[in-house]
Parts: sequence; structure tokens; C-alpha cells
Amino acid sequence: MTQIKAKTKNLKNFSTSTERFEGSNLLCPGCAHSIIVREVLNATDDNLILAASTGCLEVCTAVYPHTSWDASWIHIGFENGSSAVAGAEAMHKALKKKGRLKQPERTPKFVAFGGDGATYDIGFQWISGCFERGHDMMYVCLDNEVYANTGGQRSSSTPIGASATTSPAGRTSYGEKRNKKDIMAIMAAHGAPYVAQVAPNKWKDMVKKIQTGFATEGPVFINAMSACTTEWKFAPEDTIAISDLATESLVFPLYEIIDGTELNITYRPKNVIPVRDYLGAQGRFKHLFSKQYEYLIDEWQSRVDAKWEYLQRREEARV
Amino acid sequence: MLENGWDTFEIGTILRPFEGAVTDIVNTLPEHRNYSKSNSFSISVADWRIEKPLLNLEECIHCQFCWIYCPDMSIISREKKMVTIDFDHCKGCGICVEVCPTNALLMFPEQMDEAEALSNWPQEENTKVKEN
Ligand SMILES: Cc1ncc(C[n+]2csc(CCOP(=O)(O)OP(=O)(O)O)c2C)c(N)n1
Ligand code: SF4
Ligand code: SF4
Ligand code: SF4
Repeated sequence: MTQIKAKTKNLKNFSTSTERFEGSNLLCPGCAHSIIVREVLNATDDNLILAASTGCLEVCTAVYPHTSWDASWIHIGFENGSSAVAGAEAMHKALKKKGRLKQPERTPKFVAFGGDGATYDIGFQWISGCFERGHDMMYVCLDNEVYANTGGQRSSSTPIGASATTSPAGRTSYGEKRNKKDIMAIMAAHGAPYVAQVAPNKWKDMVKKIQTGFATEGPVFINAMSACTTEWKFAPEDTIAISDLATESLVFPLYEIIDGTELNITYRPKNVIPVRDYLGAQGRFKHLFSKQYEYLIDEWQSRVDAKWEYLQRREEARV
Repeated sequence: MLENGWDTFEIGTILRPFEGAVTDIVNTLPEHRNYSKSNSFSISVADWRIEKPLLNLEECIHCQFCWIYCPDMSIISREKKMVTIDFDHCKGCGICVEVCPTNALLMFPEQMDEAEALSNWPQEENTKVKEN
């Protein structure tokens, strides 16, 4: 761990990492999913046992007969990437106990990836089970706030006012009607030892949290904001700029929750920018800038302000 | 196996990224890896591209922003230095150009000759400075 920690002290050192995720996958140009995956995989030198639920990451990186993964990787179902990894972790533990491992000194890292559809909705029960049983694994949600792979249907992570294919904005609707589910609070409520929200543009914060997660015994949940050029409707070169807008406007605050209670804010923007700037940069919120729906932008701002206030109070109170 | 198409896929298929056994992958650079034909490393997505990023090493300060933010593992860095761009795997998204704090990377039409681009490299407009 010491060696790898030194490697991530600065970007120049970090760039000596050797990739275990390959190009020529079929993710869209500019897709943040792969920026996140690289940051996770490069954060450790340990062996890896990985799984992915169905979704953009899975279908684009295992296009038969090709694989983009230079590590043990499995896809089984949309709903149970988490349990596949948990099963491997349990088996590893059992074989170790029985003295049947060829390299008992090498303990791999167990990581499952899933989109927000797989995580917030369809795979939720399986993830909850893994966390309740206390598997030594990490679950990374690639949160692009939509079912991107099947055409952009809304999920319970889709934020209010976003236009999605099953909640389209139009003359009679402003798009998604419900607020995004607070998955961080839900996962922390499992009493998980480590739960963190990350964004790929803040690579150092992200890598530090991943390494904390890897050093933690027990189930770790990471919610990673993944800007989707196709469904959020922005130009592919702007992925990092959009991610910056999300973290600087506090739409996507970066924090961690230890043992279900201790909350730490890990990034405080020097100049907080208006939520309006974040919304205005994406086609999925375009309609909010019409007279009819503009009041929603103020509501958005109040919600973001209230959440920030809440996070700060929780941090202070240490409860 | 590689002759089979996606529609002959069987449940439980194993795709091997390398030929033979692999022991120390994190200390093996891509150029020394024994990639199998099943590894997506062996294929190219270059025909997606309309524009490509070109590198002017004279302007490069080796900050590695392009390396960390390239979604397609196409920025080749060795020993903390930006070396080149892997045009088999680059999809031409343009992120590297956007995050480059100097004028070292710019997008050019796919068919443009690299030497020609380098000889007419646009003057630095306004240097973007990005903290991290
Ligand atoms: C049980 C089940 N229901 C539905 C599907 C169809 N399906 C495949 S991918 C997908 C959407 C995935 O969305 P998400 O998890 O958010 O990942 P993203 O594609 O956005 O990365 C759906 C609905 C499926 N494969 N299995
Ligand atoms: S649809 Fe979105 S999440 Fe899916 S590959 Fe494209 S950019 Fe990535
Ligand atoms: S254009 Fe995109 S894929 Fe190509 S090198 Fe730049 S960041 Fe990577
Ligand atoms: S971002 Fe620009 S200056 Fe930095 S390493 Fe890449 S090419 Fe060089």
C-alpha cells in the first residue's frame, strides 16, 4: 500500500501506472465510464477480480469475441454483478482457510461495477444483501442518471426536470417529476464501513477514496458521477468541463461517510458557481430555460443549497 | 473461436486477454504483453474518427492531464513524459485538447498530414491554466 500511495501523490507519478483496461472498446467517444474505471483500476497494484452488471460498460467492453479487460472479469446479469463478486470473495476466503490457494499471500481486490439503473433500481436488493452479509468487496456505481444502454429511460437516479425517453419534456411536462434517490444515505444506513461519492475530474480525491476503500475491510460503496455525452446531450470533448460544473456548483458534492455516521466533505469549491450554469450546459435540461419552466431552476438551486447545508451540519455534528 | 460471430456466442464463454500464463501484469508494459487476438487491444476504432488530436512536443510541459482524462487509454506516457498518441484506440473525442493547459494538443482533420500540421502550428491563443 505504501508504494502505491506514493505513486498517486501527483499526476506525473500516477501516469507510470500500467493500464489493465484496454482501448478499442465501444463506449461512446468522451464517455466518463472509462475515465472512472481507469482511475479505479490504476489506484491499486493488486490482482483484481471484477464484475459488471449489464449496461454501457459491460456491453461495450465484452463485445464477443473481444474483451477489454486485462484482469479476471465476469458478466452475469443486469441485477447481480454484486453477488457474482461477493461469491468469488466468499470462495476465496474459504479456499484460503482450507489452505488450498496457490498464492495465499496474494489477496485480490474484489470490485463490482454497475450503472445507476443496475444499482439504484434493479440490482439494489442484491447489493443490499452483499452489504448486509459484510463481504469484503467494493461496489462502484457509474452514475450517469439514466438507463443509457437501452435508450435513455429514466431511473430513480434521474434528477428532477431532466428530459429522459420515458419522462420526456414537452408542452405538458418538464420531464422527470421525482427527486434523485439519496443512494449515499441508503448505503450508509447499512452501516457500511465506507461509503463515498466521487467524480472523475477530481482524480486525486477519487483515487484517495478508492484506496481508502481498498484498505477497508468489509463492503465499500462508491457513487461515481459519470457524465454521459449521449444522454446528457453535450459535445464529447466537454466531459471534464461538465464534470467540473457539477462539482463546482455542488450539484454533485464530494464526501464520504465512515461507519454509517461520520461524514466528511472532501472537496469545497473556492468559488461556488450557480446551478444554472450546470443545467444550461446540457441538452437534457434545455427546456428549463423556457419561461414556462424557469421557476424550476430556482427550485434546483434551493435544493442544492439545502443539501450542502445539511452535509455541513452532519459533518460538524459527527453523527 | 475468433471466426465465430456475436450470434454464435455461448453462455459461459471465456475470452482470454493474453496468450499463455500472465504473472505480473502491473509491471508489464503494453509493448511487452503477449496480447491474444481476443484482446480489444488488437483491434482499432480509428474509422470512427473525423478529427484527430496531434501533439506538438515543443509545447508540452508533460503535466499528464491528457493521460488521466483520455477515456480510451490512447495517450502514451512513459517515465512521466507524454510520448505519443495511439491512433488505433483514439476515438477523437477531443478531451485531451480541452484539458491541455498549453497549446501542445490540437484537433486536426483526420486526413491532415502530421508534418504539415506541425509546421503550421497555430500560435498560442490564451493559455488555459487548470489547477488540480
Ligand atoms: C433483468 C434485466 N432487465 C432489463 C435488461 C435490459 N437492460 C440492459 S442494459 C439496461 C440499462 C442499463 O442502465 P444502467 O444500469 O443505468 O447502466 P448504463 O447503461 O447507463 O451505463 C437495461 C434496462 C436486462 N438486461 N436485464
Ligand atoms: S451512452 Fe453514455 S454512458 Fe453509454 S457509452 Fe455512451 S456516453 Fe457512455
Ligand atoms: S481525442 Fe480523446 S481518445 Fe483521442 S487521445 Fe484525445 S482524449 Fe484520448
Ligand atoms: S495535457 Fe498537454 S501539456 Fe500536458 S502532457 Fe498532455 S500534451 Fe503535454
